[in-house]
Formats: sequence, C-alpha cells, structure tokens
Amino acid sequence: MSFSERIYLPSILKGLAITFKHIFKKRETIFYPEQERPVSENWRGLHSLKRDEKGRERCTACGLCALACPAEAITMVAAERKKGEEGLYREEKYAAVYEINMLRCIFCGLCEEACPKEAIYLDGPIVEADYLRKDFIFGKDKLVEAPLKS
Amino acid sequence: MEYAFVLEKLILVTVIFLITLGIAAYSTLAERKIAGFIQGRVGPHRAGPWGMFQPLADGGKMFFKEEIIPAESNRFLFIAGPSLALLTASIGSAVIPWGRALTIGGRTIELQVTDINVGLLYIFGVVSLGVYGIMIGGWASNNKYSLMGAIRAASQNISYEIAMGLSIIALLMVTGTLSLKGIAAQQDGFWADGWFTWNVFKQPLSFLIFIVCAFAECNRTPFDLPESENELVAGYHTEYSGFKLGAFLFAEYINMFVSSAVMSTLYFGGYNFPFMHDLGLSENVVAILGVLALFAKIFFFIFFFMWIRWTIPRFRYDQLMNLGWKTLIPLAIANIVITGIWMTVKDLI
Amino acid sequence: MNLFYLIAFLSVFFSLLVIFSKNPVYSVLYLIITFFTFTIHYVLLNAQFLAIVNFIVYMGAIMVLFLFVLMLLNLNKDSEPLKSNIVKIAGVVAGMCLLVTLAGSVKALNVSDPLVLKNPDIGLVQNLGKVLFKDFLLPFEVSSILLLAAMVGAVLLAKKDPKKV
Repeated sequence: MSFSERIYLPSILKGLAITFKHIFKKRETIFYPEQERPVSENWRGLHSLKRDEKGRERCTACGLCALACPAEAITMVAAERKKGEEGLYREEKYAAVYEINMLRCIFCGLCEEACPKEAIYLDGPIVEADYLRKDFIFGKDKLVEAPLKS
Repeated sequence: MEYAFVLEKLILVTVIFLITLGIAAYSTLAERKIAGFIQGRVGPHRAGPWGMFQPLADGGKMFFKEEIIPAESNRFLFIAGPSLALLTASIGSAVIPWGRALTIGGRTIELQVTDINVGLLYIFGVVSLGVYGIMIGGWASNNKYSLMGAIRAASQNISYEIAMGLSIIALLMVTGTLSLKGIAAQQDGFWADGWFTWNVFKQPLSFLIFIVCAFAECNRTPFDLPESENELVAGYHTEYSGFKLGAFLFAEYINMFVSSAVMSTLYFGGYNFPFMHDLGLSENVVAILGVLALFAKIFFFIFFFMWIRWTIPRFRYDQLMNLGWKTLIPLAIANIVITGIWMTVKDLI
Repeated sequence: MNLFYLIAFLSVFFSLLVIFSKNPVYSVLYLIITFFTFTIHYVLLNAQFLAIVNFIVYMGAIMVLFLFVLMLLNLNKDSEPLKSNIVKIAGVVAGMCLLVTLAGSVKALNVSDPLVLKNPDIGLVQNLGKVLFKDFLLPFEVSSILLLAAMVGAVLLAKKDPKKV
C-alpha cells in the first residue's frame, strides 16, 4: 500500500464527500398511504369477482378456480338461480358462498387463468394486515365488485 | 456566599442541564434524519412537522415499555449501570465556558458553571469514569454478550485515553494553562500576530488525534465495538429494556454533545468568532453572539459525528487496538517532541 | 473541619467494606468509592492537581483494570478454593504481627506540630510543576526511568520468545 492509502485519511475524506453529496440528492421515499407506487401490468393483488356489462355476477360456480388453486384457498357453495334474479346473476347457477382464505392464497393467479367465464381477476391492492385469522377469510361481501350505478 | 451568586449559578446549571437534555433528545432525531438524507430517504416525518415530536414519542415509548431485569442478574448493579452512565455523561459540561461574561446592571455574570484551574483534567477524569456505567451494567446483566461488550468498552476506553492525554499535552504546551476559560480566552478573535488564533491551526495533528480518540471514547462508529450488533447482539445493553436502555442511549448522545463542546472550546476557538471586536457591537451583544457561535460549532461537530457514522464501516477489534497503540500514541509523542523543538527554536529566534 | 470528619468517616467506612464484602466485584466498587473520598481529601487540602490525578489514574484507569480482571475471573463461592485451617491460622498470625508493628510504630511517633504550609497554593498545577522541575528534578527523572524500566520488564514478561515455545 502506498503512504496515502496507509494513513487512510484521503479515503475517509473521499467517502465523506460522497455521503455529503447524497444529502442533496433526490429522495427515493414514497409516502405510502398517501402516495402509491405504480404497479406493473402483471401485478397480482386482491381478487375481485367481476360483473358483466349489465351488472350481473359472472361467476357460475363451476369450481375450476378451486380445482386449479395449488394452495386450496378457495371454497364455494353453488346455488340455482331463482325466477326474478336474472338481473343479479348471469348464468343459471351461481356461487351463493365464495370464500378465499387470504392466509393460504399465494397470489399465483392460476384461478384467474382457470376461469372460463372471466369472472375472477387478481387486480386489487395488497391485502391489508389484520389481527385475527378469521378476518382473513374473505367472502363475497369483500370480493364481488361494487354494483354498477345506473 | 452571596444569594445572588448562588441563584445565578443555579439558573445557569439548570439551563445548561435542560439544554443538554434537549440537544441529546433532538440528536436522536437528527441522527435518523441525517441517516435518511445520506441514504436517499427522508427519515422520521410522521410525528409533527418534519418529525419534530419524534423524540417525545420515543421517550414515551421508552417509559411505557416493560422493564425486564434478568432473574440471574445482580439487581442493584443492573440499575446502577445506566444511572452511572447518565450521571457521568452529564457532569462533564460543568467546566465548559459557554460565552464571555455578561454585564447586567453592573453585575458580571460568567457563563461558566465553575472555572477550576485543572478544568481540562476534570473533563478527562469524567470521561475516564464514563466507562464504569457500561462495565457495571454489562457485568451485572449476567450475559456473555453483555460481558464481552463491557470488556471491549473498558479496554477501548483505557487505550484511547492514553492517546487522548498525550495529544492534549502538545496543546497544553502551546496554551500554558489547564483552565478551559483561559484556553478559550487565548483564542480571542480569529487572526492575531500573523497567524490564526484558533488552536486547530496551531496544533492540527493534536486535533486529529483528539477527534479520533473522542469517537472511540464516545463509542461511536467506526469504533462502536462495545455494542457491535452483528457480533454481540447489542453488546453491553443486550439485556436492557425500557427506560434503562433509554438511559444508556441517552448517555451516548450527551457524551457526543459534551465532547463536541470540548473540541469546539479546545481547538475551534470556543465562543470566539472572526471579527468579533471589529463589528462595533456592545460587549453583551458580542457575548450572546459568542454563545451562538459556540453552539453553531457544537452542532457542526454533532453533525460530523453522524456524518462519519453513515460513511465509515466499523473497525475490527485488532485494527482498533493497532490504531490506538501503534499509530496514535507514537504520533502523539512525536507531536509533543515537535512542538517542544518548535517552541524552543521560536524562543531562540 | 466537620466536612473533613465526614469524609474521613466515609473513607474508613468504605475501606472496611472493601475488606468485608464477599463478592470481589463489590470490593473493587467500594475501593473506587474509597479513592473518590481520597480525592475529596486532596481537594480539601487545596491540592487540586493531586486530586484530579488521583481521580484520573486511580479511579479512571487502575480500578477499571482491576474490575476488568475480576469480571473475567468470575469469582464466586463455587470456584473459590477451599482454605485449610493452617492457612487460616497463618493468616491470623500474620495479621496480628502487622497490627502489632503498626501499633508500635504509631506509638513511637511524636505528635507533630499542626501543619502550617508556608505556601498554601503549593498544590496548584503551576507551583507543583515548578517545584518538581526545579527543586526535585533529579528524583523526578529517576522515577520516570524506573517506570520505563518497569514497562520494558512487563513487555518482556508478556512477550514470549517464539523460538522457545
């Protein structure tokens, strides 16, 4: 090592200069709850059960998503559409109960791929934290899209 | 004893103590802010504007956390450790001259708690006591990591005290007094007799050794081996929680403040600032400006402590000991010899 | 004068605690307090330099090393070697001998005149330095050589010869 390397001071000064410059650089911080980072196109977040253009639920409770799910997070109970409910459900069979356990879900997106009716998409935000395990089982109240305003 | 005198000192002590606590508290915020800035972040910003209330929130958290005393520890010494650390850290500021004397209504008020004529050695003694808090706390925890941290602290402080003392001797040869008030008064203004009056320009090597030793004595990065978390969990305060942990951390920041004040006073002219006598201001205004100048210097040094912390990685233990014993002590002795020769030659001419 | 008696009482009290405490770490801590009371004595005698040097060297350095060693040894009841009765009797006899010698030498002393310092400021740094470097220059330098020799000896003892090991 040369003398200037051995006394270590020049390299300290160089380091100090670098860190000092960083003080005036642009901050990378994103103030999360107020400001959100843009997500990529193939982002997979919270599931949503879609409605069609008339505001009817698309899901027909075929169970392909539950079958495709590697984490076995999806359970559903199917029911038959009654007379007068045509405005609510698109198909003759619909999911009376549709639950996803968010603690089991690995957000792989296989349910989205398996769905023949284009009824489920993983296009929501990050699933929020909670205190109790039971609160992570999301039912239709949290999953189904808001009804169309007309 | 005059009552006015006692009252005056009492007020001064209280004010200095409160300022010390305030600065130490806000140093914790400043440290996190500066860490954030250097790393391209913003640091704490949620508690109040720019995170101004963060120290209060931290203090509140420390108070309300559970205090754990390990079952096999030595209960009395476990509590005595952090108390001693806090005590020794805060008594160091007693001999620092905060400014020129104020004159109010014919009364001269010294802005220094006490001017003992061995003031510099007093600071030295207080610094050397500082290690007891860490040692006692670390030993009483009955934990291997704590003990290792305590032992590291002890050997590090003793090693660097020697280099620190030797570096000061060269400075004392120039100043010829041990009183901090005298040293500050000698550095009057900025320029006199064709050279700077501030001691850093007279004894640059001494200052360099002193500041390195000050880092080591305060257990600050790059010499924070007593609490190096990747080897010793948290070093001497592994077993501490709640307010006792807070006391240890607080003591570190108070030490930083006091050593910044000592460095400003010894080497950077203390309360003196350039052109202080040429502005045509009254003595009292100059004194108050001097206090502000001293605090500006102290803040710079505190910033420097933090700046170094986020720049230089931690030393290895053998590197620390080599630097202390094989580099700084010989350098300090050489500095004494050079200063002696220079003073003799100057007298001859 | 009352202050002197208070401090003197504290010195004796804490030095007794040094002997009587069972835990060696407590002993060292009491010894530190004892040295602190000595520092106060020096301040009362207007020997500021001596006081502060006592403070730095004894309390700040030597006692730290004592504590350092004792913490590493971790002495407690289990690791303390058993002492045979012969050792205890020998200890008592030696202690008594010391007591007798001390008592005899105290008795042989005359009561000195109340100490009157010619120069009450002799303990201040400047005056002490002048005395040391003018009147007592030779003893001062000789003692420094003694310390140097001790240091060299310690280094020699600690440093093993790699060829012999």
